[in-house]
Amino acid sequence: MLEQNRNNHKLTIDARGVTIKFGTFTAVNQVSLTVSQGEVFGLLGPNGSGKTTLIRGLCGLLPLAEGAATVLGQDVATSAESVRTHIGYMSQKFSLYEDLTAQENMDFYSGIYGLTPREAKERQDDLVDMSGLGPYLERRAGRLSGGWKQRLALVCALLHQPKLIFLDEPTAGIDPVARRDLWNLLFRLSAEGISLVVTTHYMDEAERCARVGYIYMANLLAIGTPHDLKQMPGVTPPGTRWLEIFSHDSAALLEELRQRPGVRQATIFGQSVHALVDEDQNAATLGLDEKHVLETEPSLEDVFVTISRAQGMAAK
Amino acid sequence: MTNRFSAQRTYSVARKEFLHIIRDPATLFFSLFIPVFELFMLGYAIDTNVRYIRTVVFDAANTKDSEDLLRAFENSQDFRIVRQVYSETDLSQAIVAGKARVGIIIPENFSRNLEAGRTATIKVVVDGSESSIATAAIGDSNAITLRESLKRIFGERQVPMDVSPQILFNPDTRSANFFIPGLMVVMCQMMAIMLSANAIVREKENGTLEQLFMTPVRAGELILGKLIPYLVLTFVEFCTILLLMRIVFQVEIAGHVQTLLALTLPFVFTMLGLGLWISTQVGTREAAGQMAMGTMMPSIFLSGYVFPLDSMPAFFWYVAQIFPTTWLIDAARGVILRGAGIAELWVHSVVLWSMGIAMFTLAMLKFHKRLT
Repeated sequence: MLEQNRNNHKLTIDARGVTIKFGTFTAVNQVSLTVSQGEVFGLLGPNGSGKTTLIRGLCGLLPLAEGAATVLGQDVATSAESVRTHIGYMSQKFSLYEDLTAQENMDFYSGIYGLTPREAKERQDDLVDMSGLGPYLERRAGRLSGGWKQRLALVCALLHQPKLIFLDEPTAGIDPVARRDLWNLLFRLSAEGISLVVTTHYMDEAERCARVGYIYMANLLAIGTPHDLKQMPGVTPPGTRWLEIFSHDSAALLEELRQRPGVRQATIFGQSVHALVDEDQNAATLGLDEKHVLETEPSLEDVFVTISRAQGMAAK
Repeated sequence: MTNRFSAQRTYSVARKEFLHIIRDPATLFFSLFIPVFELFMLGYAIDTNVRYIRTVVFDAANTKDSEDLLRAFENSQDFRIVRQVYSETDLSQAIVAGKARVGIIIPENFSRNLEAGRTATIKVVVDGSESSIATAAIGDSNAITLRESLKRIFGERQVPMDVSPQILFNPDTRSANFFIPGLMVVMCQMMAIMLSANAIVREKENGTLEQLFMTPVRAGELILGKLIPYLVLTFVEFCTILLLMRIVFQVEIAGHVQTLLALTLPFVFTMLGLGLWISTQVGTREAAGQMAMGTMMPSIFLSGYVFPLDSMPAFFWYVAQIFPTTWLIDAARGVILRGAGIAELWVHSVVLWSMGIAMFTLAMLKFHKRLT
């Protein structure tokens, strides 16, 4: 035990070959990943790919069919309850009691996590300071705006000073300003040495993570820093390169590019089109103005789309 | 250490649940007001004793004898003559039109038969659409004519036999005494099931249950914490009806209140367990409400709350024994009306506790299963 603890003391999460099944359906297949102390880890993947299931498994809520996971130095299979006292969790919908005031919500979670009244008071004061919730404490949670609800939910998840927080799509349905504020908060927590596991569909949020994992149909297809993922050989196969092509009518351009034999893949990316082309292709061969064509590295979205396709073809 | 049962966590849940109750005054109002409303309705409006049945009379004889007989009918307070008609057709019409429930026809030869010593038959027509009134009308008219016959035979002499009825426990045979103890039980049942089913389903709907599962709170603490406020609320309601029954409706409690409360505890437990079980089966409050109604209806009809168990076919009598409601209603009437104590009601106590423990265990197991 001691040996294991020493080896893992910097790894907040150490999952090895984690498999979770619902009956005969495999929701998470052989996932291995590590999260270090203070790291912001992004978990990406389409809806239903197994992100939330993986998180539940790591919290000890679902039994592991195969593999093992150590969270905060404890085996989740045997010490689930102990693990849960040290982690925070913020679910997809900010699960607050809407008929209770912000203060009452905080009091409830303080009690649930076994804080003494004094600890609760101190901790709440700190977090209210940090989040700026002060003026809204007596307001019912149901009457707070989305951004404030989300902050309150985060505060409730932080009351017991967790060393690891799972945030399941924390920014879904939140305005851009509130999103940026939340990320600033998350980086502050990370600087304090708290590890964060965040699931998201936003690529700009994924770019902010120290490392990201991409789950597709129960399998972890890629894991690494955003930079590493863009360098994956599968994303830019030998003899190809990525071009970014600007156009006033990117939809029409996309259609046109997809007809061309030298273009392997093309997707719209804001005002431009990202295209994976054979190496011998350039502005001239594609019949485009050279001013509008740039060689580029793949975006994270390109990475995920490419490896999902490859996986889909391999499955066939 | 975290694996131990925590009173603090239980208290936190209970406190939160209590806040939910007071934040939702509509639910609180209706769950307390409806029972009181029904209490007044049953107490004042409903009388199962059949009296003053509206009666139409066709007196073809029109003699002193027939007048005396009709007066005897009226004096009995069982019948109230609302109209005199002069043909059988009119009499039937009055009954068809619902103007009267009973028609008395005294034939023309009534007095002549009496004087000749032959049996003078009168005809009593009864509207059978309301069976309890019909039964009472036939019984009462038989008794009245029999009494009048005896008077003629014996005159001033003593009759050879007589009945001296003594009604125990509810001497005025007031309906309130019969209904209110049952009402208390049925209202408690409704409240306990509805509240506890909603308490968990609400968290499911809002997604807060998922959040709670991620905390160290244990299933037992969660359930206990949630049910304590509802247990208290149900008892408050029970005692309110009990008080109103005693003060407003003057129903004396012959036995001990604490016996009644002690028997009610396992019953409320059973109902809270049932609500909990319902909440494990469904995902929305609407579905929970329907399911709660579905389980309540048969127990209300078969528990002896309205319809006496003794007149049920054997099969349904056995079915009725499955419902805890049946047992507590019987026990409540026992304590309140007959002054029964635990010596008479220990079987009820054993049955109710067994049901409570069984239901609660089942619900807990179901709930636990959903957790993992």
